[in-house]
Amino acid sequence: MSKVIVVTSGKGGVGKTTSSAAFSAGLAARGHKTAVIDFDVGLRNLDLIMGVERRVIYDFVNVINGEATLKQALIKDKRVDNLYILPASQTRDKDALTKEGVESIINELKEDGFEYIVCDSPAGIEKGAFMALYFADEAIVVTNPEVSSVRDSDRILGILQSRSKVAEEGGAVKEHLLITRYSPDRVEGGDMLGMDDIVEILSIPLIGVIPESGSVLQASNSGNPVIMDKESAAGQAYEDVVSRFLGEEIPLRFTHVEQKKKGFFQKIFG
Amino acid sequence: MGLFSFFKTEKKKNTANLAKERLQILIAHERTDKSQKSPDYLPKLRDELVQVIRKYVHVSDKDVNVNLEKGEDFDTLELNITLSDNK
Repeated sequence: MSKVIVVTSGKGGVGKTTSSAAFSAGLAARGHKTAVIDFDVGLRNLDLIMGVERRVIYDFVNVINGEATLKQALIKDKRVDNLYILPASQTRDKDALTKEGVESIINELKEDGFEYIVCDSPAGIEKGAFMALYFADEAIVVTNPEVSSVRDSDRILGILQSRSKVAEEGGAVKEHLLITRYSPDRVEGGDMLGMDDIVEILSIPLIGVIPESGSVLQASNSGNPVIMDKESAAGQAYEDVVSRFLGEEIPLRFTHVEQKKKGFFQKIFG
Repeated sequence: MGLFSFFKTEKKKNTANLAKERLQILIAHERTDKSQKSPDYLPKLRDELVQVIRKYVHVSDKDVNVNLEKGEDFDTLELNITLSDNK
């Protein structure tokens, strides 16, 4: 039984592609055959984040138009077994994506034995974003602790609940909240929305909190999904997300300021 | 507790709380906009209409009907006032 998961947010720049790369690499590393599809037609970037940009020959739209087979277009990851990447087209416009075309590719992936199909959504609520979420069984809504991101996440949740295929058939897409770029010290200082506040406002279950971390930029610089950086807090937090997605119950990490021993002067001057 | 922590906390405003309050109001508003339910001003509109009409003719509360219908291109606000014979 395969599952289609959309990684979406409404707002741009919150970490959808970083999260799609980490999440799909994490699922594959645990032995699940996983495909990750870039839906950002015209502005593909998943290939770059995953370090396969020089191996792109055919893309998503080539397959939809019958110019290449799915097997030709899928890029097999060289680091992680079971991981395949379907890049977006760089030249075509968003109208190249059709419901029928996307559906046939998803169905072919399912027939090929893919357990998880991760759809990396573009920003916005236009056609590309709609196509990415339309066939989803589950959704990971990526949100930054910041007002415009939370608002846009709520808009995307509304679309998931009314316009996805599952919703049209009377069901509900299973929703997960993923908070990224979280700074516990700024939350405790009162400068940043806390995770509890965001959960309360959006009222969907939390699947993980990724701390703000320099390792995310380092990972994208080198084209490695950040989850492969086992030392980094962000990488470990993504591992936890994968565990929770697969049904494990594990406590949140990196969500509070680590208690440091105060020095003599800090004690006095607070 | 340090000597100067009192002054420090007073200077700093908690903007995260402000963000939360603004979001709660905004999102509640945007969610009701999206849903197809009738707007919450309808009962009040109905009461005020009854009062205005009563200045001229006698109507009871149940003689005034206010209904909002959402259409494809436009919404229709429908007022239905039944006047009884005895003025």
